[in-house]
Amino acid sequence: MNTAAIEAEVDHVPQTASIEELEFEPRHHYLNNGYGWKSWLFTVDHKRIAILYMVSITIFFFLGGLAALMMRLNLMTPYSQFIKPETYNRMFTMHGIVMVFFFLVPSIPATLGNFVLPMMLGAKDLAFPKINLLSWYLYIIGGIIALYALTMGGVDTGWTFYEPYSSMYSNGYVVLAILGIFLAGFSSILTGLNFIVTTHKMRAPGLTWFRMPIFVWSMYATSVIQVLGTPVLAITLVLVAAERILHVGIFDPKLGGDPILFQHMFWFYSHPAVYIMVLPGMAVISELVTCFARKPIFGYKMVCFSSIAIAVISFLVWGHHLFTSGQSPYAGILFSALSFCVAIPSAIKVFNWTATLYKGSIRLDAPMLYTLGFIGLFVVGGLTGVYLAAIAIDVHLTDTYFVIAHFHYIMVGASVSAFLGGIHYWWPKMTGKLYPEAWARVAAMLLFIGFNLTFFPQFILGYQGMPRRYAMYAPEFQTLNIFSTAGATILALGYLLPFFYLLWSLKKGKPAGPNPWGATGLEWQTTSPPPTFNFDVVPIVRVGPYAYNPAADELEDKRIEFEEAKKKYEENRDRLEAEAEGHNGNGNGNGYGNGNGGENDHSDRAGFHKG
Amino acid sequence: MNVIAESNSLTLDKSPVHAGETDPPIDDSGHLLLHHHFDDMSQQRECNTLMMWCFLVTEIMMFGGLFCAYAVYRWSYPHAFAIGSHHIKWFMGSVNTGVLLVSSLTMAMAVHSAALRNKKRLVMYLAATLVLGWCFIGVKGVEWTQDYYEGLAPGVNWNYYDTTVHPDHAKDVAELAKEGVSPNAVKMFMIFYFFMTGLHGFHMLVGIILVTILLIMAIKGRFTEGNDQPVEISGLYWHLIDIIWIFLFPLLYLVSGIKGSGPLW
Repeated sequence: MNTAAIEAEVDHVPQTASIEELEFEPRHHYLNNGYGWKSWLFTVDHKRIAILYMVSITIFFFLGGLAALMMRLNLMTPYSQFIKPETYNRMFTMHGIVMVFFFLVPSIPATLGNFVLPMMLGAKDLAFPKINLLSWYLYIIGGIIALYALTMGGVDTGWTFYEPYSSMYSNGYVVLAILGIFLAGFSSILTGLNFIVTTHKMRAPGLTWFRMPIFVWSMYATSVIQVLGTPVLAITLVLVAAERILHVGIFDPKLGGDPILFQHMFWFYSHPAVYIMVLPGMAVISELVTCFARKPIFGYKMVCFSSIAIAVISFLVWGHHLFTSGQSPYAGILFSALSFCVAIPSAIKVFNWTATLYKGSIRLDAPMLYTLGFIGLFVVGGLTGVYLAAIAIDVHLTDTYFVIAHFHYIMVGASVSAFLGGIHYWWPKMTGKLYPEAWARVAAMLLFIGFNLTFFPQFILGYQGMPRRYAMYAPEFQTLNIFSTAGATILALGYLLPFFYLLWSLKKGKPAGPNPWGATGLEWQTTSPPPTFNFDVVPIVRVGPYAYNPAADELEDKRIEFEEAKKKYEENRDRLEAEAEGHNGNGNGNGYGNGNGGENDHSDRAGFHKG
Repeated sequence: MNVIAESNSLTLDKSPVHAGETDPPIDDSGHLLLHHHFDDMSQQRECNTLMMWCFLVTEIMMFGGLFCAYAVYRWSYPHAFAIGSHHIKWFMGSVNTGVLLVSSLTMAMAVHSAALRNKKRLVMYLAATLVLGWCFIGVKGVEWTQDYYEGLAPGVNWNYYDTTVHPDHAKDVAELAKEGVSPNAVKMFMIFYFFMTGLHGFHMLVGIILVTILLIMAIKGRFTEGNDQPVEISGLYWHLIDIIWIFLFPLLYLVSGIKGSGPLW
């Protein structure tokens, strides 16, 4: 082991292979390692599974978005003229269930996490590749069952399945929807288990805990929540299903049950689940902010520990969903205080990202625009969360649009910004192609503007007393609702745009090269797209993450400038020499020129075309 | 260790694992032991063990939710829970406790035999574990059937306190009235009884399938030729089910003392 490690160090060639090298022989990577459907559906490669997840999650995202669009259209007028109120109930339930369980919870961990985490650790794969694939299948089967339930008749309970309505009175496929969520929950547990074991046991030589990128820390914290929380949700939902099927009283007060107990058990998972949705966003942002500010993250250890602190505290705050449900007021006070506490690690993160920006040499590429958007939206969402944690204010704002706006700022504004930012950031690594930067910046701006236009009015609506989950409302709320719907259209555009230009870039995008951002993570040390086992040489880690150096960047820019000038000069010289020699010198074959030429050649080999 | 050669194998287009000086770890019959993405056997072993322990944590959280709900209703309806626990068959529960404890012993012995590469004993102990597992399920089945015919199965056949169906239960109805307990509260206990033992029984079945697979592979000699870890981590799972039963047994069967001997609290 040691001798090998030393040898590797001695033979350490720069792994950032230049584009010219790649051109000469068609390189094996994970995308051209098999083309049939079997090579995808039976793959155990974490990168391919990440792509599978990404495709399926995108489908669910657009389905959930469609339901949201129906709701917003219906809310243009106060009288529910677009769809029937019963349909409206089914729409917001579908929106909630699809977006929470089938989009947000797996979004970043199962796609970006799956793809990047093993590479960040310098591992060949996750610790359990087959279990990773199993988790995708569970997710897909659960998703299909839930979609069937939600579309063929629908569920009208809302994603929270509050008792006793869900078990005794609701008219819809509640049990089927629960089964779907149950399976998706197991998929989420398996992903979490895999990440925990991989982080503990599969780190590259030299990669100590405090040399790991923040991404890994946050993903680890997320996994802990998934592993500890999801089983409780699973058993709670099974109890609801049992109550519904057998008509026995577990939570139904008419039969001696306690509906508040259901709320306790449900939120014991579902509040931490909010952090399952936002911690991965924070993970992505920590990578992006350092790369595009060209600085190490401010207060590395504090950011690491803040992730863990959020994971721990998240399990102690669920009672703030029950302030008005008849929970003991003393419990309420305690939960209120604990909920304030979770603001501390969250604030640490925000302050540290901001401090990282300070005096950085900031590049406003699309991922950075998403990052800045994330920070802004997260601050608004987080601070309104502190309002809601205050009991007196919560009594006024419970079940109003203020709550809707608050958690959409966190879960949509922040998390989806981070997700899209991460997709853009790692897109060159995943596909080997650059996305069109100008379009991406437009999309990032559209998302930020559209999002605020959609959800800021809802803060005001909620404060004025408009309740959530009603198909109709008092006419005086109409103006702001129209604003919100208009914003939703812009937001939809901001989501659709990346979908199209990213697909376009698969065919037409410029080849990315191994490290287009000049980023420091281990995942950038290998080629793009990465080989099946991620690294040609097992990386050895000698320094902590984020060893960015603006002075070195400047030198590098100068070097590239110089190289280009030199190349131009040589080309000109060769051309002039060739012209001077007339047409005699054809047979001399100058290999250098051949190597550089042919843009077409290049894109053919590095891209998706079968070699 | 052939880290470099191994990881280079893909680009150099050599056969994947066999490049390099050291042979990959194989067992006595030539089965490849090391999965492609691990560096060495110790890493693989540690990953497997950690995975199982973490999985057991999720199991504990899952049962934890149930225990929590049980505790809440036990607190709300202590008398009803006492009456309910008198309805279920403490004798069969005790027998099953014994069966499970012995099965844990045989499982532990199986793990030990696998480590010692003693195939004969491994097969014997695994078979004993399997038999004891089925014993547990059998006793449980008899018990549930009896409960069913007594009208103690909520949602399926609940008429224990209906004297038109069970005229001989008039004494129990009188006892309820005396204690001021609603039949619904006793029903609540029975729901928890069926749900908790049912979930536990489901885990037992999974364990039995697991042990069956282990047994078949053990007969083929797979665990006594250099790789005994599957026995070890399956053993962890088996012991967890056992431990969960150790909590279920007093909570359900002994919570009010054995009938006739007076309450234990």
